[in-house]
Amino acid sequence: MRETAHLVHDYLRSSKRFPHIWCAGCGIGIFMQALIRVIDQSEYSKDDIVLISGIGCSGRLPVYVDFNTLHTTHGRALTFATGIKLANPRLKVITVMGDGDAIAIGGNHFIHAARRNVEIASFILNNNVYGMTGGQSSPTTPHGAITASAPYGNLEPDFDICRLAEAAGAVFVARSTVYHTNLLERLIGMALQKKGFSMVEVVSQCTTHAGRFLELKSPVEMMKWQKDNSVTVEKAKQLSDAELAEKIVIGVLVDRERPNYHEQYQNLLTEKSKV
Amino acid sequence: MAGCRFYAGYPITPATEIMEIMARKLPEVGGVFIQMEDEIASLGAVIGASLAGSKSMTATSGPGFSLMQEHIGYASMAEVPCVIVDVMRAGPSTGLPTQPSQSDVMQARWGTHGDHPIIVLAPSSVYEFFELTVQAFNLSERYRTPVILLVDEVVAHMREGVILPARDGLKIEDRLHPTVPPEWYIPYADPGTGVPPMPAFGDGYRYHVTGLYHDVRGYPTVRTDEVEPLIHRLFTKISEDYDRLQWFDSFETEDARVTIIAYGCVARAALQAVQKAREKGLKVGLIKLKVLWPFMRRTITGILDNSEKVLVPELNIGQISREVKRVNQSRCEVATLNKVDGTPIKPAEILQKLEEIYP
Repeated sequence: MRETAHLVHDYLRSSKRFPHIWCAGCGIGIFMQALIRVIDQSEYSKDDIVLISGIGCSGRLPVYVDFNTLHTTHGRALTFATGIKLANPRLKVITVMGDGDAIAIGGNHFIHAARRNVEIASFILNNNVYGMTGGQSSPTTPHGAITASAPYGNLEPDFDICRLAEAAGAVFVARSTVYHTNLLERLIGMALQKKGFSMVEVVSQCTTHAGRFLELKSPVEMMKWQKDNSVTVEKAKQLSDAELAEKIVIGVLVDRERPNYHEQYQNLLTEKSKV
Repeated sequence: MAGCRFYAGYPITPATEIMEIMARKLPEVGGVFIQMEDEIASLGAVIGASLAGSKSMTATSGPGFSLMQEHIGYASMAEVPCVIVDVMRAGPSTGLPTQPSQSDVMQARWGTHGDHPIIVLAPSSVYEFFELTVQAFNLSERYRTPVILLVDEVVAHMREGVILPARDGLKIEDRLHPTVPPEWYIPYADPGTGVPPMPAFGDGYRYHVTGLYHDVRGYPTVRTDEVEPLIHRLFTKISEDYDRLQWFDSFETEDARVTIIAYGCVARAALQAVQKAREKGLKVGLIKLKVLWPFMRRTITGILDNSEKVLVPELNIGQISREVKRVNQSRCEVATLNKVDGTPIKPAEILQKLEEIYP
């Protein structure tokens, strides 16, 4: 444990930025640690990595870590990421977004980034709510939930982020919860290896806001809920749709190959330079 | 020739040709072209590429320019050099997509929310478009700020003979790179000029970029002693160099009793009108503005002091004329000629107005 903590400290910015802004019991810190541990085991140096976020609780993640970090506008992290990867393909580009960030205001950018297949490893921290603004409904808030912006119950169905990513063309799609940290680390590692647009949905808990409408009183209860309601991809294959209705399917959902944009573009440049 | 090596855009009349030419030309010089899903994404990619070290640009028209406002503010706050061409159409909304207009002058100044500085250049010929594009990149690199090229449809689609300068005859400016080792680098500290040196992502200078108010290290802050100095520095880094941004051409202004203040395609019509009026013995002159923002108060004040009347013809309901009137402070009479029917102002219309108001 001490070793793990020490390792994480090597990647945190010591100057001025702590304590962080996340509520006690928030899942974002668990993801941040997992990301750092995977990067530490990878071939990338701190200088190679550009970590990009949008706006919201997840948007604050990059400021704490010692990489090239970019806190962009709401929903637009992937557009900046596209420009950076194409301008310097040597860089390892990672985006961290929230559910409202990536799927509501950034939905257009998300589907086109997946379709275009520029090499970006994207992580969507899904806590089913707009946390920073005080607990309003997001596109992944369950139907019927009472939120700050749906005081009489949410009338909208929720989005399945992974199915959206798959349909839009992402070459790697996976899901984990922050309870399943070993799986989470394995999926982050696979996403970073992928030479195209990869997306991992990280089911996380917002104990301050989502906890209320999910009627889960503490972070521990919420993480137990993640544990009890998750089924692996393998197990899910044996279950009917009705049995899966309330479940979180975790594991690798899509892993496929498709030509990526920036390598095709580099080929075009090589061809043009020969002429 | 300005050094642009990255273009991201979205098709929109009447600016699409810029994108099509960049799609063809950039791969030939090792640059990157990408068509994005909308204009918000286009400017996002442009800012990303600039942070990664490429000189970058995009081009659009009214509706797309509206969408870009969010990221113009971001580039201004995070001090990321980039160039945005707005080929103006008449608005609001979809407006008149194929007709000339100059109705985005105020949007170019104040379109994004919050106090912010901006540089806006307005060419009136094909050569000036070339010249000011090079200057737009130079200024964006020098001041680490977005620079907007505001063009009307007439100038944007114009074909005329030009003699381009030799490549080595052009002065090309690049952003300052830090000279200190990475561990000493403080990304937003004022080196005295107001413009901090800027490394590219991947150069070994790991730092944080945000659209939030930030301290000298780039980290978010709400401290009053860090917020106010930042916004002041964003303004003064440009305003302290105000004398270097007085770009205009003057014609027959020495003895002019009436001076026309114009820009873009209207300045071309105004020049003809001045020549015709001079033939008729009217003492009139023309100041053609090449910089619209920051507004050339000093230059305009000189004109207002030395003329009995000024005439501001524009393809809008009166945008630069508002600025002229603000600066005027009762020095002389400011007349306007506004045309908003989707057609250019003709020399004869300006001449007629000159004769009407001539003292």
